Amino acid sequence: MTMTTTAKQPLAFGNIARSNTAVGLFFMLPAAVFLLCFLTYPLGLGVWLGFTDTTIGREGIFIGLENYEALARDSVFWMAVYNTIFYTLIASILKFGLGLWLALILNEHLPFKSFFRAIILLPWVVPTVLSALAFWWIYDAQFSIISWSLMKLGWIHSPINFLGDPNNARASVIAANVWRGIPFVAISLLAGLQTIPQSLHEAASLDGATGWQRFRFITLPMLTPIIAVVMTFSVLFTFTDFQLIYVLTKGGPVNATHLMATLSFQRGIPGGQLGEGAAIAVAMIPFLLASILFSFFGLQRRKWQQGGQD
Amino acid sequence: MSITEQTNPHILTDDAQGMSYLNRLPRRIVVLYLPLAIFVFVLIFPFYWMAITAVKPNSQLTDYNNFSPFWVVKPTLDHIKYLLFETSYPGWLWNTLVVAVCATALSLVASVLAAYAIERVRFSGSRPVGLLIFLAYLVPPSILFIPLAVIVFKFGIYDTKLALIFTYPTFLIPFCTWLLMGYFRSIPFELEESALVDGASRWQILVKVILPLAVPGLISAGIFAFTLSWNEFIYALTFIQSSENKTVPVGVLTELVRGDVFEWGSLMAGALFGSLPVVILYSFFVDYYVSSMTGAVKE
Repeated sequence: MTMTTTAKQPLAFGNIARSNTAVGLFFMLPAAVFLLCFLTYPLGLGVWLGFTDTTIGREGIFIGLENYEALARDSVFWMAVYNTIFYTLIASILKFGLGLWLALILNEHLPFKSFFRAIILLPWVVPTVLSALAFWWIYDAQFSIISWSLMKLGWIHSPINFLGDPNNARASVIAANVWRGIPFVAISLLAGLQTIPQSLHEAASLDGATGWQRFRFITLPMLTPIIAVVMTFSVLFTFTDFQLIYVLTKGGPVNATHLMATLSFQRGIPGGQLGEGAAIAVAMIPFLLASILFSFFGLQRRKWQQGGQD
Repeated sequence: MSITEQTNPHILTDDAQGMSYLNRLPRRIVVLYLPLAIFVFVLIFPFYWMAITAVKPNSQLTDYNNFSPFWVVKPTLDHIKYLLFETSYPGWLWNTLVVAVCATALSLVASVLAAYAIERVRFSGSRPVGLLIFLAYLVPPSILFIPLAVIVFKFGIYDTKLALIFTYPTFLIPFCTWLLMGYFRSIPFELEESALVDGASRWQILVKVILPLAVPGLISAGIFAFTLSWNEFIYALTFIQSSENKTVPVGVLTELVRGDVFEWGSLMAGALFGSLPVVILYSFFVDYYVSSMTGAVKE
């Protein structure tokens, strides 16, 4: 709607429209300089570095696909790929489920609703590293408050080794990621829920629809476009997550929780192998593109469907 | 079908959106208030734990048997004093503030111009540029930090605040531009047309007509950008070496965490104080936050 009206606008301005290109490019200049220098150029440079053996303090030479060949034989790298996919998949599903649930709760008539909404967004506002430090303390091997509470309740007999055991560590970092991601999903979906007209629900309940049916056949279809966007963002940010892992486990125990981003950092910066680190980072791009395209085409079809229904 | 018919009268009276919830309080408690309470508890507990640890004397910190871990008997300010007077913490706070303010200001200026150009000047090719800006927002820092480190080093700004001030706009500009485009779109064309008829230049229109009307959008974009740069970690970790240039997240993690003994009290105090500025800012501008977050998603 808005697109068609704005696209016609330059015609209304007549002559002035002709000088628009010059004015427009001039206005774009500051943003373009920043983005070209610090975004496009590094993106290209990163791809190039992946084909070289650059280390810190030494210009590398072109070595073709050697970095990628080495990575293909590297079990730690494959572990990181597996972890990243597992981490993204589980955390995204949990964030979506719990976030949608929380959004549905907040969409009801509640006292102090805006207060609750404000509180719920807190985990998302606070710097991730600092809340991850709190989680580190909560997951402490000896003095974990969770272990202590469960022992008091008599459910377990010895403290849980949250970050020392590979599977526990994976579950722990996923829990921390979900904790941080729920507010974003919930508040965004809540905004989507509020655009659904109440009259649809009223009409449906007059027709005898149950609560589940109203959710399944009204709320969910109306919410799909926004779900697609929110989950794309969520998946992208989870897939490229670095901070939580870096604070909680640094990839340990024995590389069991390395994500591609943390492995790339470890090889590239403290390890000094810039070329190899860049190659790992570049290896993330296909996954990112795939998820963007997936949601893009998902969105397209949904728009067409809705147009058809209208 | 048969199920709905069976329960039909029941639903008609109970599930109508309007007032029926008033007479079924027990169900509301189980379905709404209990899950909500659990959600709020889980989401807030880490902050409570952070705060209570920050004021606990060391003797109570790990002694769960004689002192309840959930409460503090004689709160102490020792950890906070140690943090403020015996570490570089105040300097890190200052660095973070300087970097966040400068990066936000830079990004806002560049984004206002870019968003206005894309949305209103409508030069040829403005649509693809708008799309490219959105795609730029999807490029994550974790695939850029290695080449950026090389570039920052070549520019000779490695290990300075400038390195951060110049690199943060890479994720702030796309976000702010995208957000402001939405705001500019909502301002009626007629205002601009009448200004053009009166002989105003593009620059005058932007400064005197559009910007005053877009103040809520500017606040949203500004505080959001400030929070994002305050919270940024991977660039700050990679580009900053010396202690006096570190930001709070990096400083707390790399300098307060020492291998042998964890001083949880001062660590949590550091986390608490590093969070407070954004939380205070947030508490004043909750609605702007929500609108910028959902605004970016809705477009």
